[in-house]
Amino acid sequence: MGSTEKKSVPFNGTAEQEKALREVIAAHKDQQGALMPILQQAQDIYGYLPIEVQTIIAEETGIPLEKIYGVVTFYAQFSLFPKGKYKISVCLGTACYVKGSGDLYNKLKEKLSLEDGECTPDGKFSLEACRCIGACGLAPVLTINDDVYGKLTVKDLDDVLAKYAD
Amino acid sequence: MYRSQVLICGGTGCTSSGSMKIADKLEEEIAKNGLADEVKVVRTGCFGLCALGPIMIVYPEGTFYSTVNIDDIPEIVEEHLLKGRIVTRLVYDETVAQNEIKSLNETNFYKKQKRVALRNCGVINPENIEEYIGVDGYQALYKVLKEMTPDDVIKTILDSGLRGRGGGGFPTGKKWQLAKDLVKDADQKYVCCNADEGDPGAFMDRSILEGDPHALIEAMAIAGYAIGATQGYVYVRAEYPIAVNRLQIAINQAKEYGMLGDNIFDTDFSFNLEIRLGAGAFVCGEETALMTSIEGNRGEPRPRPPFPAESGLFRKPTVLNNVETYANIPQIILKGVEWFTSMGTERSKGTKVFALGGKINNTGLVEIPMGTTLREVVYEIGGGIPNGKKFKAAQTGGPSGGCIPTELIDVEIDYDNLIAIGSMMGSGGLIVMDEDNCMVDIAKFFLEFTVDESCGKCTPCRIGTKRLYEMLEKVTSGNATLEDIDKMEKLCYYIKNNSLCGLGQTAPNPVLSTLKYFKDEYLAHVVDKKCPAGVCQDLLTYKIVEDKCKGCTACARACPVGAISGTVKQPHVIDTSKCIKCGACMSKCKFAAIIKE
Repeated sequence: MGSTEKKSVPFNGTAEQEKALREVIAAHKDQQGALMPILQQAQDIYGYLPIEVQTIIAEETGIPLEKIYGVVTFYAQFSLFPKGKYKISVCLGTACYVKGSGDLYNKLKEKLSLEDGECTPDGKFSLEACRCIGACGLAPVLTINDDVYGKLTVKDLDDVLAKYAD
Repeated sequence: MYRSQVLICGGTGCTSSGSMKIADKLEEEIAKNGLADEVKVVRTGCFGLCALGPIMIVYPEGTFYSTVNIDDIPEIVEEHLLKGRIVTRLVYDETVAQNEIKSLNETNFYKKQKRVALRNCGVINPENIEEYIGVDGYQALYKVLKEMTPDDVIKTILDSGLRGRGGGGFPTGKKWQLAKDLVKDADQKYVCCNADEGDPGAFMDRSILEGDPHALIEAMAIAGYAIGATQGYVYVRAEYPIAVNRLQIAINQAKEYGMLGDNIFDTDFSFNLEIRLGAGAFVCGEETALMTSIEGNRGEPRPRPPFPAESGLFRKPTVLNNVETYANIPQIILKGVEWFTSMGTERSKGTKVFALGGKINNTGLVEIPMGTTLREVVYEIGGGIPNGKKFKAAQTGGPSGGCIPTELIDVEIDYDNLIAIGSMMGSGGLIVMDEDNCMVDIAKFFLEFTVDESCGKCTPCRIGTKRLYEMLEKVTSGNATLEDIDKMEKLCYYIKNNSLCGLGQTAPNPVLSTLKYFKDEYLAHVVDKKCPAGVCQDLLTYKIVEDKCKGCTACARACPVGAISGTVKQPHVIDTSKCIKCGACMSKCKFAAIIKE
């Protein structure tokens, strides 16, 4: 269960978010099998389902927390971790790897102090490795949201990240 | 009254290529030309011919414009709608014949189709209940509530021979009868709809939800009346936002018009409907897993028996059918058993919707009478294989199905024929493959999918599919022996016979059917260490043909690993020990001098 130890944005739910969540739970109070719709709307409110949110749901509905956790981790759509505003994916496909994408990936981990699937505490960048995106001619490649950057060296990384300074 | 109506497709396919922006632009241009009172724009569901999207039809002429661009709109409005001159340049070329425009129904794509489940898709505005009522909508529900007993309804469905369109082919009337009669004193029963269409490449249920959501609502109410249920649930994938939205609009309208709720048509019958969203788990398409998911649990299947008709959702008697099955119901009630049984084969009545995809010209949705041959589907409706390539096989039933090879292309498509040749109807994905597809690779692709989607509850599926996938990897990387093939086959039967639910029981089908019809391809991988289709990377080598190479150096510059060497204007050479087989060189070569073998 290493996934629970991933670095992430500390939970900073607002009072409004919590109010919205409690309203959602109240609205589903008498509904049979309401857990899924509650979780879906909770994820809409918070963007993900951290343990703090699951705990509120458990307390309000009386459904055991371990069951809620079981449901959250079963479905691909639910996420325990927030994604960054800018999602960085480094291609570790063969062509990119032999051209040094592994170095890019390690350097990014070091620069952003992240491991795979983690998000910086300010919520700005999340980092993950991906499989071949079919741009082998541009190797090594990484993508930030929908932008593709190719033929990169470790030295280029600062310039690339600087474009996402806001 | 409008003198002209423009129907524009608002299905997911056309919407992705901008059809809703085109509809806005149309309305803007129509207003600009002062035609707002004369011409109406209707956003419909899917027309089926997704390959040519965005699609629009102008009535009363029935002019079919395809691959419409937003920049074409001013011209269409000014020329066609204002001056009455059809913009021939933009008309689907199959409908243009010797200076006249043919009806769409005469084109190859549509002429062999028979639209029952899809009858309103692309015809009415799905967000307006009155348009559905205008095409006899809710009349079947009225007839059922006023003139028929629940037993009459069930008998009609039984006699129609309708079988589940979700894949299994279980007789729908039988299912309803069991749910009605098995538990006599149930305090609550449920009607559920499976709209968790998860097969990669299948989208018929989505199109019905997007194009004709009221048909589903009406049918579920009819099922509720037949079995004695007052509550229904539609379980839809969250990945279908347009469908969910339209269904919610339709449910709200149906409530407003008294087609859902208490005392429908002033009878004692009350029925309510709720949407439940999936959350990205393929296994939830299995009936017991779907019900556990609606109950708010991990979507794992339960052992059967007890069957849902006895103990289903919330442990109450439940009927579960898929979207396409329901879409047939109102018309069977209205038009009668004789009409329905006049279509199809002896044991498979009616029509079936298929999502045509893969190596085929007319990708899209087609609805054909049962018994249509695969050849007709591929070559007539589908318009054949692109680039003059040869048909190799068609895969039906997605990750649970199997392939149909060339020698069986004249098979008449129905439930029993497909099972007999080792494939299955499935929910209706029909993927066409040509000579460039490697069948071992296809089997591996589907296995990778099932390994990913196995819920993990039972061992044969969780571990068996993983081991099977690894064996396939051994084959495609050239490391397998003949003994591995035998082991693979044994494991397939083990997984089939011992898995808890349909996902595991059918997961080995893609392997078994490719082994049956394309054993030679497996042997080529194992014995000769070759991939005849040139797909499996590990078994390929890239080579430069000396006489064709002009020494332009384009390949050497494209190679990410520096495996190509040579002097300018001299033939180059690939160092196979360095080559990573990414194909970058081949796509850069202007002289077709690089081959893989």
